[in-house]
Amino acid sequence: MSEESTVRPGKRSRVELPIWLLGTGLAVGIVMVFLLLAVILANGVAVFWPRDVTLLQLREDSTAGPGGRTTFGAIILDTRAVENAAGSENELYLFLGSADVMGDKFHYLPVEEVESQSLPSTVYVAERTSRGDAIMEPLALILPSGKEVSAEAPDFSSRLNEALARNEGMRREIQHLERNEIASLNRQIELLRREGVSAGASPELQSQQHALENEHEQLARELQVLRHGLQAAHLRYRLLSGEEREQTLGEILRVYQPNALNTFEKLAIFGARFWRFLAEDPREGNTEGGIFPVIVGTFVLTLLMSVLVMPLGVVAAVYLREYARPGPIVHAVRIAVSNLAGVPSIVYGVFGLGFFVYFLGGTIDSLFFADKLPAPTFGTGGILWAALTLALLTVPVVIVATEESLAAFPKGMREASLACGASHWQTLRRVVLPASAPGMLTGLILAVARAAGEVAPLMLVGVVAFAPDLPFDGVVPWFHLDRKFMHMGYHIYSLGFLTPDSEAAMPMVYATTLLLILLVVVLNVGAILMRDYMRRRYTAETF
Amino acid sequence: MPTPVSVLAPQASDKSEARPIIEVKGDYSFWYGENQVLFDLNMAIMPRQVTALIGPSGCGKSTLIRCLNRMNDLVQETHHSGDILLHGKSIYDPAQEVISLRRRIGMVFQKSNPFPKSVYENVAYGLRVSGEKRKGVLDEAVESSLRRAALWDEVRDRLHTSALSLSGGQQQRLCIARAIANEPEVILMDEPCSALDPVATGKIEELIHYLKRDYTIVVVTHNMQQAARVSDRTAFLYLGRLVEYRETEQIFMNPEDPKTEAYVSGRFG
Ligand SMILES: Nc1ncnc2c1ncn2[C@@H]1O[C@H](COP(=O)(O)OP(=O)(O)O)[C@@H](O)[C@H]1O
Ligand SMILES: [Mg+2]
Repeated sequence: MSEESTVRPGKRSRVELPIWLLGTGLAVGIVMVFLLLAVILANGVAVFWPRDVTLLQLREDSTAGPGGRTTFGAIILDTRAVENAAGSENELYLFLGSADVMGDKFHYLPVEEVESQSLPSTVYVAERTSRGDAIMEPLALILPSGKEVSAEAPDFSSRLNEALARNEGMRREIQHLERNEIASLNRQIELLRREGVSAGASPELQSQQHALENEHEQLARELQVLRHGLQAAHLRYRLLSGEEREQTLGEILRVYQPNALNTFEKLAIFGARFWRFLAEDPREGNTEGGIFPVIVGTFVLTLLMSVLVMPLGVVAAVYLREYARPGPIVHAVRIAVSNLAGVPSIVYGVFGLGFFVYFLGGTIDSLFFADKLPAPTFGTGGILWAALTLALLTVPVVIVATEESLAAFPKGMREASLACGASHWQTLRRVVLPASAPGMLTGLILAVARAAGEVAPLMLVGVVAFAPDLPFDGVVPWFHLDRKFMHMGYHIYSLGFLTPDSEAAMPMVYATTLLLILLVVVLNVGAILMRDYMRRRYTAETF
Repeated sequence: MPTPVSVLAPQASDKSEARPIIEVKGDYSFWYGENQVLFDLNMAIMPRQVTALIGPSGCGKSTLIRCLNRMNDLVQETHHSGDILLHGKSIYDPAQEVISLRRRIGMVFQKSNPFPKSVYENVAYGLRVSGEKRKGVLDEAVESSLRRAALWDEVRDRLHTSALSLSGGQQQRLCIARAIANEPEVILMDEPCSALDPVATGKIEELIHYLKRDYTIVVVTHNMQQAARVSDRTAFLYLGRLVEYRETEQIFMNPEDPKTEAYVSGRFG
């Protein structure tokens, strides 16, 4: 006792330096991670904030404006210093919108070209279905009846918003018709057609087919009417640079007046935009709109992967640890499993393409979907194959974690179970596996974290930049495991590096990255909560 | 070899008292791999008695007791010679299922090892794995086992809380209740009190005393006073050999072998 207490102080002073070093290592790591998160957060959040519109007045002889214009409205996104022959100068990075008039949505402008700038409160920003937002001042709303409501009229803004809301309703209905009703009809027709091919055309089949086709036509007519309705009203407006335009209201999604908003109103718009980002489909080659299908694709893929990898990994680990006779073979298998975790993920992608897609998918097609060939059903990339590929990629993690938790299970408790007359399998099922569940979930957490960040293998087995349909919908059989899907990792890559208009896509890239991180956090927190719940269940006071 | 019928049939009461329930015979020896741990043992364990195994640590007490319910099957690369009979029938007989053997010979370990389940589920475990599903039967068995393990009054209000929330002594008695619930004939206890405080130890000893009315008990201990207090017969093992095996009183009062004498008088061990 006394010996220890005299030795300790000396020891501590000797270990102080390494502890200090270790602390520094941790601090550097944490700072870097937070820096990364801060950059993503700042840029990702800024996308949704409604920024003020500036009316820029250039020097009279200036030719630096967009299309030589000297007066125009823009959102100043950034001011940056650039080096040129004359030294360094400041440059404004501007969002112009209205690519149909201005030629480009973005513009760079040297600061000294600007003579004056102001923030007119009357200016509107109109979110449009294509060619970027319009920065403008409305002149008149032209109703379907041909009647004009001038922008000076007191009820102008309420009537405009009313018309926009009506359009929004119609858009929803169109989407519903296309997504569910027509898709379901198409499927029924397709089924009948296949039946006809295999069984020969009977008059009964033909009449059924006829009825369906009639229904289809009916729906198509309804759609036509709705689409027409969208085009009925028009908006006449003037850009800040002076050009007047008239556009059907169907191409305008919503309007707001950024310069007239107070912080709370801006916050409300921020929230609404963020929500739409989560809940809406992408538009304009993914550079506008939301990423709902991307989120769903990622989520479903990860979930499907978890469902596939857990049984696979747990069964393998239980066999290895509990049933396989220890020896050189088991040892070799263990080493191989650990090494599998180090195989580059693209290799798994190639394997997935060769084995799952071409071999398994091709076989399924030739057995069950022969009448559709040569158009492949399962013989092409799809969410099932991608999930299987990811499951294969992450199974070593689950095996290792499960084996560790099985090995950590107290030997005494196993013996207690066997001494009660339980068989090995009963011991496993009733005592060992439940108590090892937290360890298995740790494996799943690691697997999910790894899978959510993978892009390379997915590119070979079914991810696409734009998938019109979700992996599940209201059409029987609801889950369409053969469908191609969108995925956040690939979305970031394709938006940031494959779109021609990568400048326009940058904000979306940041926002998507932010969301991917959030999704991983949500998945992990979910798994951790589940693990803690299980831990508590097997150690705490109450059941 | 006796016929299976006579082995499985309940013994006629007065005769069975005289006949040993377990016989270790044929110079029973046991090896862990190349390492022989038990040498030439021959001993008979009488029913409804407490038999104590004493001896210095490493002498093979645990090994012997774990041979009795074939717990050593779990250790790889073991072998034995000689035989162990339960009611005259070999426990190594291929027709003897190790699972039913372990139901007939329950075991309590040195370190209490309740499952991370509720008190109720711990006691009901043996019945559950034998396929019992009727709630009434389980309830009854749980209550009577806990009563016989002198634990019922302490846990009756917390049957559905985790067994891990009990104190060390309670956990050990729970393990005894768990063993009792299977209605075994023999209960093996490997140093059941070595991790307990004196009060808890006293309770377990009392319990052993009371349990021998219904069960045959084999208890390993390296506490000589304990052996003297609880057991009817005592076996002294030394370096894997059975040195002396007689009535407890005899062993302690006038040991025959000088090694026994040295051990019980505390000169080594
Ligand atoms: N699982 C095992 N594998 C190999 N040797 C063992 C094992 N268990 C015990 N032994 C050895 O057998 C001998 C007797 O051990 P044990 O029966 O535990 O003694 P005791 O319980 O009397 O202290 C010791 O020498 C020990 O090293
Ligand atoms: Mg021992």
